[in-house]
Amino acid sequence: MSEMPIQPLLHVREATKRYGEVRALDGVSLEIGDGEFLTLLGPSGSGKTTLLTAIAGFTELDAGSLTLGGTEITQMPPDKRDFGMVFQGYALFPTMTVAKNIAFPLKIRKWSRADIDRRVKECLALVQMEDYAERMPSQLSGGQQQRVALARALSFHPKVLLLDEPLSALDKKLRADLQWELKDLHRKIGVTFIYVTHDQEEALSMSDRIVILESGRIQQIGEPDELYAHPRTSFVADFLGKSNFFEVTVRGAGAGQVTCTAGEVEMQVQQRNGAAAPAAGRTARVALRPERVRLGPCGSERFSGTIRQHSYLGERSQVIVENEALGRVLVSCPTWKSQVELRQGQPISFGWDDDAPILLDDA
Amino acid sequence: MTTTTIDPPAAAAARRGLSDRGWYWLFVAPALIAMVVFYIWPLVQIFGISFTEPEFGLGNYAALVESRPIQTSLVITFRVAAVTTLLCLVLGYMVSYAIYNAQHRMVGVMLALVLLPFWISVLIRSFAWIVLLGRSGVVNDSLIALGLIEKPIAMMHNEFGVVLAMVHVMLPFAVLPMMANMKGINRAYVDAARGLGASEFGAFWHVYLPQTKPGILSAALLVFVLSLGFYITPALLGGGRVLMISEYITYQIQELLRWGVGSMLSVTLLVMTAVVILAAARFVNLRKALLERG
Ligand SMILES: Nc1ncnc2c1ncn2[C@@H]1O[C@H](COP(=O)(O)OP(=O)(O)O)[C@@H](O)[C@H]1O
Ligand SMILES: [Mg+2]
Repeated sequence: MSEMPIQPLLHVREATKRYGEVRALDGVSLEIGDGEFLTLLGPSGSGKTTLLTAIAGFTELDAGSLTLGGTEITQMPPDKRDFGMVFQGYALFPTMTVAKNIAFPLKIRKWSRADIDRRVKECLALVQMEDYAERMPSQLSGGQQQRVALARALSFHPKVLLLDEPLSALDKKLRADLQWELKDLHRKIGVTFIYVTHDQEEALSMSDRIVILESGRIQQIGEPDELYAHPRTSFVADFLGKSNFFEVTVRGAGAGQVTCTAGEVEMQVQQRNGAAAPAAGRTARVALRPERVRLGPCGSERFSGTIRQHSYLGERSQVIVENEALGRVLVSCPTWKSQVELRQGQPISFGWDDDAPILLDDA
Repeated sequence: MTTTTIDPPAAAAARRGLSDRGWYWLFVAPALIAMVVFYIWPLVQIFGISFTEPEFGLGNYAALVESRPIQTSLVITFRVAAVTTLLCLVLGYMVSYAIYNAQHRMVGVMLALVLLPFWISVLIRSFAWIVLLGRSGVVNDSLIALGLIEKPIAMMHNEFGVVLAMVHVMLPFAVLPMMANMKGINRAYVDAARGLGASEFGAFWHVYLPQTKPGILSAALLVFVLSLGFYITPALLGGGRVLMISEYITYQIQELLRWGVGSMLSVTLLVMTAVVILAAARFVNLRKALLERG
């Protein structure tokens, strides 16, 4: 796990929430830095919304505590926490105009008329919606509603901004644009963002750190590149990007490198920084990223195999190669520098560098 | 045709050579004829009588300006209907809110309790109130036995008793449209308001209440219009002293055989009701409010 980059603002300790038999949160502990962009990533039902709404104060925890800058807020009602929240469906008030929606939190806080007008203008400008102040929410497109929800959540200078899958209802192109805008906005205003998504690309591209959740438990926390390069469990290795998995037996270890055998095949495997060397004879699991596998003309690489499937994705090709000892291996290679013809049934040669395979913690 | 899923009337029509439109009218006709013979036609006659009995002209309508008792009755009618509507809205709103926001397994039972009064005759319910509110009724007897009062309080044969019993009868008509409205309101808006800093009451007042306005308006319209023409309960609990317009009409026709005045008042009530509905149409989507409930 990477260290907290900045001073911690929010602490979650041993947060637990059950719904009948389901453990929506199961002992989740987490520190969130001041000004950080933290993403909660996990498949549907993993407890992301539960964790976010617990932080916001809508979900009461069965056990555990929350502290904000040293003050315990576990029992504090949501309106006292001063967190901005962008809900999954935006929840713009249907009876109010865009401007009234953004003014709502300010009116509640008894700001003066003049201050409210000025701040609403500022916020509309911040999300580039100046021309829509008098529209009703129902007259806006999904992307515009999202912007208004964001402006409303930011208008009162919240300490933390909570966002629950704010882009998931939008189409792909718009989503990509808004990812940039959100990231930009975060840099500009410096408020702590806690961002929920089930989309791994979104998480990788936007976050300072990512928390990977599964079945109410934290699987791993880390910076995007670190999580991608050094997944700790097969779940993380498969959820963040794709992976090939090999069951191996450890033969010997030294200096971050472990020697393993998968069946007949001997391979060198990377260990995460600081992980204890595994005992020889232990069985373990190894992950190998498809893009780390090289394809070449017969004889040029260590293994030989046959192309079983090939799909062309534009910038990349995905190829499934079969080798007797290793079974099927997924390969992802850039199309522009392919030196071999990719055709089903074609014999081919493949291999990888020694630093490509990663030793996982779960057997 | 090769499909087996054509609906029977269409299939039958195709066989017998009746068009879809023909079938449509065949189904509608019995109700339409009954409506014209037993409803529209008598109405037209009432309308005629109001201008011809006892003599041709506007004589009957002059009573609207000249007759003190008729004016009093009209004022009472509007006042009782308005107070009943107001009370039904407040109580009905609370009931609907409780049903849709209580978040427990009682919703079914609570709904049944709201609908239960529909299965008991209005007559019986009104008599029940007489048993409760009379001079030596249950309430007065209990209060005297407890030593809280010395002489019985007049709780019926006045507007208090009439309004009380009318609220009881009308409450479901207020609850149903408001409940239908609340059912469609997403909880997320109130949560969002809380998250943005509103107190529980603030979230209700600024965010929830405005969204229930259509339900409130259609409930108000329904209860008010029904109350304007209500007969049984005011007649029984008013005891002849709270003469609402429908009882006044009955009195004119049955006791005094003054068909002209009775018909004129009926037409007046009809027109006033129509005016109320048309006025309300500016604010409420009538089709939604009255036809698409539940
Ligand atoms: N109000 C609730 N009642 C019952 N079960 C719930 C409730 N909210 C969430 N859950 C359950 O808790 C688990 C986590 O849900 P959630 O936090 O919404 O997941 P995510 O947002 O990651 O999709 C799921 O199994 C879900 O079914
Ligand atoms: Mg969710």
